[in-house]
Amino acid sequence: MESKGGKLVAWALAAVAVVAFVVYMATQVVGPAARGMPRPVAGALTLPDVLFYVIAGFTVVGAAGVTLSRNILYSAFGLLTALLGAGALYVMLSADFVAVAQLLVYIGGVLVLILFAVMLTSRISDIKVSNTSFGLFGGVLLFVAAAPVLLSVALLTPWRVVPPAALAPTAEVIGDALLSRWLLPFEVASLVLLSTLIGAVLIARKEIKAEEA
Amino acid sequence: MNSKTQDLCAGSGKTARGVVLATLAVGFGLPLVLLAAVLLLSPLSKPAMLMAALGAAGVNVSGWSVTGQYVAWIVAIAVLALILLSFGAVISGMTVWWEMRVSSRMQSRVGYNRVGAAGFFQWIADAVKLLLKEDLVPADADALLFRAAPYFVLTGFGLVFVALPFGESLIAADMNVGIFYITAVTALIVVGILIAGWSSNSKWALFGGMRSAAQVISYEIPSGLAAMVPVMMSGTLSMQGIIRSQGAWPWEWHAFTNPFALAAFAIFFVAQLAEGNRTPFDLPEAESELVAGYLSEYSSFRFALFFLVEFGNLWVMSAIAVTLFFGGWQVPFVGPEAFAAARGVGDLPGAAWWGLQILSMLVFVAKTLVVLNVVVWVRWTLPRIRVDQMMTLCWKYLVPIAFVVFVATLLWQMLIARLPVSATVSGAVMFAAAVVTALLFFRQTRQNISAVGDRVDFTNW
Repeated sequence: MESKGGKLVAWALAAVAVVAFVVYMATQVVGPAARGMPRPVAGALTLPDVLFYVIAGFTVVGAAGVTLSRNILYSAFGLLTALLGAGALYVMLSADFVAVAQLLVYIGGVLVLILFAVMLTSRISDIKVSNTSFGLFGGVLLFVAAAPVLLSVALLTPWRVVPPAALAPTAEVIGDALLSRWLLPFEVASLVLLSTLIGAVLIARKEIKAEEA
Repeated sequence: MNSKTQDLCAGSGKTARGVVLATLAVGFGLPLVLLAAVLLLSPLSKPAMLMAALGAAGVNVSGWSVTGQYVAWIVAIAVLALILLSFGAVISGMTVWWEMRVSSRMQSRVGYNRVGAAGFFQWIADAVKLLLKEDLVPADADALLFRAAPYFVLTGFGLVFVALPFGESLIAADMNVGIFYITAVTALIVVGILIAGWSSNSKWALFGGMRSAAQVISYEIPSGLAAMVPVMMSGTLSMQGIIRSQGAWPWEWHAFTNPFALAAFAIFFVAQLAEGNRTPFDLPEAESELVAGYLSEYSSFRFALFFLVEFGNLWVMSAIAVTLFFGGWQVPFVGPEAFAAARGVGDLPGAAWWGLQILSMLVFVAKTLVVLNVVVWVRWTLPRIRVDQMMTLCWKYLVPIAFVVFVATLLWQMLIARLPVSATVSGAVMFAAAVVTALLFFRQTRQNISAVGDRVDFTNW
């Protein structure tokens, strides 16, 4: 753990960076784009709208659970809710393949691994070990810095309203795109995974050596 | 089996005729009634059909608002979902009975024989007993997560039925991403098992949960890779699409038209056994070491839910295997044109269409039950393996072989594009080899039985 002064400086720097980002986004990107665009007109509340708000609320509640819970298992629980909600939002956007990939990778892989790691860790139920908080001051500072950028993006962006398309097979299109236009990012992402694998092997090997010595 | 054990068995000869009839009626009738209800009611899942049906039944639909129509539709969907889930539960219970009968026969003991003919109603009696037990939550357990865990497991199980085919037109939702979706939602079962293991606040349960997580994460990789083989052969992820790309005859099945697909099936089968925590992979609940693993602390209905899912999973994994590798519900001599012709052009399909539907369902159910029976045999034949053996089998054998099969299938598909006849040749040769192997197996079995002075006898049930 660093000294308290060092932590404060880090927080302040982070806040300054975020504020600068807000100002830049609001004046240079979002503002000009919003000018001259017709404001979206609010229509009557239909069933898909209600469904959207229910799912969005579900997601937000889950996300809040992740941050607010003091028990790391409950945080994982909240993460599950948030990820399920995000998957449902993908389905509402007619992106069924992405939705299922989200389920498979984040719930079947990441979340299960998180739970697994939590169970393998000793003293995990101790809040001081698992869910440390940086304190009220830092939290408020970051909130003050981050809230404007999110709000300005949400309110100023001229959102295009597109009627949802019917569920069409998207797997082929995604596969084509990944192996033609986006081949380089795809391969770079696999390099990241490769380095992760090597890192994992390295850590695992070290442990065995320490035991033998 | 000697004559004394035979006397102990409540054979069909000694059971009262009424009991036998009741058992047969429930045993065959219950699943059939549930499936028939789904088949008959499934057209109602379309809003227009539902409104037409309600109008025909004398309900004044035109006066309803859009919201009212939505509510009626949601109610209809909920009823259908309930029936489908009931089918899962009933099949799960019947699997328990079948497994106990097979195991007792394999171990030369009597087994279930009290409630109904051949003890058939035992699964209902067990369920009722479990419902009447006290729902215990250990004092030091995390009560919320402890209570929530079985629901995760049940949700993961129930969601699979959304994309599980039963017949030519009988599937809750023929999604474009069918098999991918099924792989994804079963992850909820693992989450439930992990939460159950942790929240019980018991070392046995925690060990069980950890073993289960390690096992399922590991075996998901060979299982997914093996499932990709039929997907590549069909060019679609949709369950019905995969079945439609296969023929009805065994030599047209995916398992035989590609020599590597049979290896893929073997990998898929083993990996599914491991993912379903079945013996020889039941390390998460190993009775001799961990009491009952992740469900050690559970009692009453929550305990029943875990077991319902575990046995229901046998049907699920068998149905997926039949879909991917063994031609699903395809009926010989009946192609898609025959289905379309029988359907006719009217609002309601013709009588012949309903007959073909039932035929396709029977084919699918029969194939699934054969695979399910093999799973039961495996459980009572093989001993439980060790944890390190389980990991070695997955990472050192199944994963590399799965990759080889994957690449070989890609090359095989390129060969088929050049030489379409190779699929037919492979199908014929592989199927002939399978038949010869099966014949040799039966001959050896008969020899083994007669070698100990016994005879092949199917009467003493």
